[in-house]
Amino acid sequence: MPGAPRVGLFATCLTDTFFPATARAVVRLLERLGCTVEFPMEQTCCGQMHYNTGYRDAARPLAADYARTFAGYDAVVAPSGSCGGMIREVHPELHGSAPAFTHTYELSEFLVDVLGVTDVGAYFPHRVTYHPTCHSLRMLGVGDKPLELLRAVRGIDLVALPEAESCCGFGGTFAVKNADTSTAMLGDKMRCVLDTGAEVLSAGDNSCLMHIGGGLSRLRTGVTTLHLAEILASTEEEPWAPTR
Amino acid sequence: MGTNPVTWLGTPAFPVAARAALGDTQLRRNLRKATHTIRDKRAKAVEELPDWQQLRLAGEAVKDEVLSNLDTYLERFEAAVTARGGVVHWARDAAEANEIVLRLTRAAGAEEVVKVKSMATAEIGLNEALEAGGVRAVETDLAELIVQLGHDRPSHILVPAIHRNRSEIREIFQREMAEAPASDEPRALAEAARRHLRAKFLSARVAVSGANFGVADTGSVVVVESEGNGRMCLTLPEVLITVMGIEKLVPSWRDLEVFLQLLPRSSTAERMNPYTSVWTGVTPGDGPQQFHLILLDNGRTDALADRAGRQALRCIRCSACLNVCPVYERTGGQAYGSVYPGPIGAILTPQLVNDMHDKQAASLPYASSLCGACFEVCPVRINIPEVLVHLRAKAVQAKGKRTPEAMAMAALGWVLADPKRYEAAQKAGSLARYLARGGRISALPWPGSKWTAARDVPAPPAESFRSWWRRTRG
Amino acid sequence: MADARSTVLGRIRSALADRPAPVTIPRDYHASRPLGDLLALAAERIADYRAEVHAVTADALTSTIAARLAARGARRVIGPVDLPPAWQVPGVDWLLDSPTLSIGELDGSDGVLTGSAVTIAETGTIVLDAGFAQGRRALTLLPDYHLCVVLASQVVGTVPEALARLDPLRPLTFISGPSATSDIELDRVEGVHGPRTLEVVLVTDA
Repeated sequence: MPGAPRVGLFATCLTDTFFPATARAVVRLLERLGCTVEFPMEQTCCGQMHYNTGYRDAARPLAADYARTFAGYDAVVAPSGSCGGMIREVHPELHGSAPAFTHTYELSEFLVDVLGVTDVGAYFPHRVTYHPTCHSLRMLGVGDKPLELLRAVRGIDLVALPEAESCCGFGGTFAVKNADTSTAMLGDKMRCVLDTGAEVLSAGDNSCLMHIGGGLSRLRTGVTTLHLAEILASTEEEPWAPTR
Repeated sequence: MGTNPVTWLGTPAFPVAARAALGDTQLRRNLRKATHTIRDKRAKAVEELPDWQQLRLAGEAVKDEVLSNLDTYLERFEAAVTARGGVVHWARDAAEANEIVLRLTRAAGAEEVVKVKSMATAEIGLNEALEAGGVRAVETDLAELIVQLGHDRPSHILVPAIHRNRSEIREIFQREMAEAPASDEPRALAEAARRHLRAKFLSARVAVSGANFGVADTGSVVVVESEGNGRMCLTLPEVLITVMGIEKLVPSWRDLEVFLQLLPRSSTAERMNPYTSVWTGVTPGDGPQQFHLILLDNGRTDALADRAGRQALRCIRCSACLNVCPVYERTGGQAYGSVYPGPIGAILTPQLVNDMHDKQAASLPYASSLCGACFEVCPVRINIPEVLVHLRAKAVQAKGKRTPEAMAMAALGWVLADPKRYEAAQKAGSLARYLARGGRISALPWPGSKWTAARDVPAPPAESFRSWWRRTRG
Repeated sequence: MADARSTVLGRIRSALADRPAPVTIPRDYHASRPLGDLLALAAERIADYRAEVHAVTADALTSTIAARLAARGARRVIGPVDLPPAWQVPGVDWLLDSPTLSIGELDGSDGVLTGSAVTIAETGTIVLDAGFAQGRRALTLLPDYHLCVVLASQVVGTVPEALARLDPLRPLTFISGPSATSDIELDRVEGVHGPRTLEVVLVTDA
């Protein structure tokens, strides 16, 4: 991409509303790496919850809105594997193909594949474990990219999560419709997290983190959940501060 | 319209059935051990083949070819079986298939049949139908025998007694067999089954089997097994009755080169299963001298009519999707209320039932977190998450627009469709912060209470990202 | 009312009213692949199933058969009608399937000796096709011990290579080790209804 790429940030409705620090971290990180970041105010939601629960008709106009809102960007970055997957894999089926869909990247994909960086100059002196969320892993196929990025972070003590590829049990409305099964899956995931002795559980998706973090908080484990973007945005000069 | 015996009468919807299963700690331990053992083994067996992904693509295409021209292939298969001395019967539904088996058994003068493990006959409730007609069906596969002797229900496609551990199996055998097993070692339990069934095999006049594959060109039928009980049933009795789903065909003999690689490695995680039998009609002087083949519909043509759902008919019943499924691992198979549990069951059962007003069947497509592990391992590349979501849409349609969920979804959709409404709702939602305790919300009204039963909710922050952007960059 | 056959076929035709696009089957999986020494691989993979493999040259075939049967203590041994006379070693009571042996005779024997049609090295699978020196299917099923002769010329590398050599109109039995089950805790144990002991004599120069 010649010159500074013009990047549209798709914050996702969940992050916009509940986890603004993640979206601010994406802005800080991408600008540090030389991108021009814009946040078009017309954006709302990718429609994943409607679509996955069986309300396809309600998701269709949201795909159209997305295609229109992000038509003019070199790339769109979303700090979410599942929303990224919804846009790239499902929106074309709902709306027909559009450049905005194919140009949408999950954050780690954008950094590694488009910008070609793994060392983003981050500093994060904490013990961290990483949960590779299902849709990043299996829908988008981001593979080890988040881990490559984390390994390059200075000061980090990155510990492997046992049974990392097992689903945490979130699954959108699954967590409510099949609450007991979801909770059983969550319990096993939390046990794996606690086994690592990590202070921070990170992932590329705030939805899964909200679920696991909600469980960890309920049990008063003291483990913090933090989106990948916030770790990568943290530097020695401007360390991550847990403001919500 | 009768009910399709593919689902068990009286089973509650999945969330309710799952709750009971989740409370059974022994079951959870048994399932965890078995599924984790087979997962690792499968991964190794698959890694050995450098062309695994090409085989999956070929398997998918062969099955799609058959489904796209199913009428042609079935007629070709029927002609080939008939030419080699077999008799072909057609069954529209379970009751019709059961009647044919009963009639043929009576005609052979038998009061007992030996059975090879078969999903098709489990699906149609054949054993119960035969019993009602005065014929005893003896299951000869070890796991089916455990289920039958335990007066239990199956919980897995390949290993119906996966929910039982060795000591539970020993107890069942001690109670039901003339000669009790010497210990709870798997070897001793297998030995006990051998002794228990030997006389039955040697004296049986009629056997009933399913089929893993039928070859349209040649009329050959294939049964893939491990224990040799299949060979016993397929070789010793005078009369063999095979019940085969109409989707089980492959076009030609050569196509089996794909499936005989995909199936064993996906299923028992072996390079090859111990025994595979192939026969074509009747071979004079070798094996059963009367061969009847029943081609079973029982809802398959309904699934075939669904463009998005028909890929479920590619299934070769390997059960790899069950073994990797995080939901199945916790709930076990009986919670699905059908002989087809797990991810494939969640898409196959509702399609065979073909009635989304059936609450139990309609609950199955929701029994998944859509994690995608099933699709990743499926040897014929059935995109199970895609079909789950498709069937959820059908379930929603059947329920209509007046349910609380549909109305909430519609309201939310209305909000999300407009950035101004969205932002207003976001701001109104910040009231929720007052509910927070230490930055976390720990109790919400229903349906949020389903969430807060086990997890806190993050309180909305003081400022959404959008507000921050407008304030600092706008 | 229409009969079941025409009803089902009619349902299929209306289900396919959308006429799905024609399918091209990709055949770029490996029909064969370099697997090194096929005989060594076959021996290793058969043995992986806990079957004993004895690799010998043709001149040692008869003595190996005699030694294996003696080691097993097999006195009454089943054979197909066309069992080569040279394989019918002395000191054994040979029961050939002519006239047809009863189920009781098969079940009461000490073992069975046969040849085989094709062996797949990669999977350690022996295929019987009721052809030369194999007989009907029940012969290799009821005896608890199966001694099977595999000739080097019958060994192929892969599953596709094996299927190309086989005729599906003959009754076929693919055998990979002794009978086994994974039905208890998904762990494999050998020895259920089929022969609990499989021994293979692999003739390396025939």
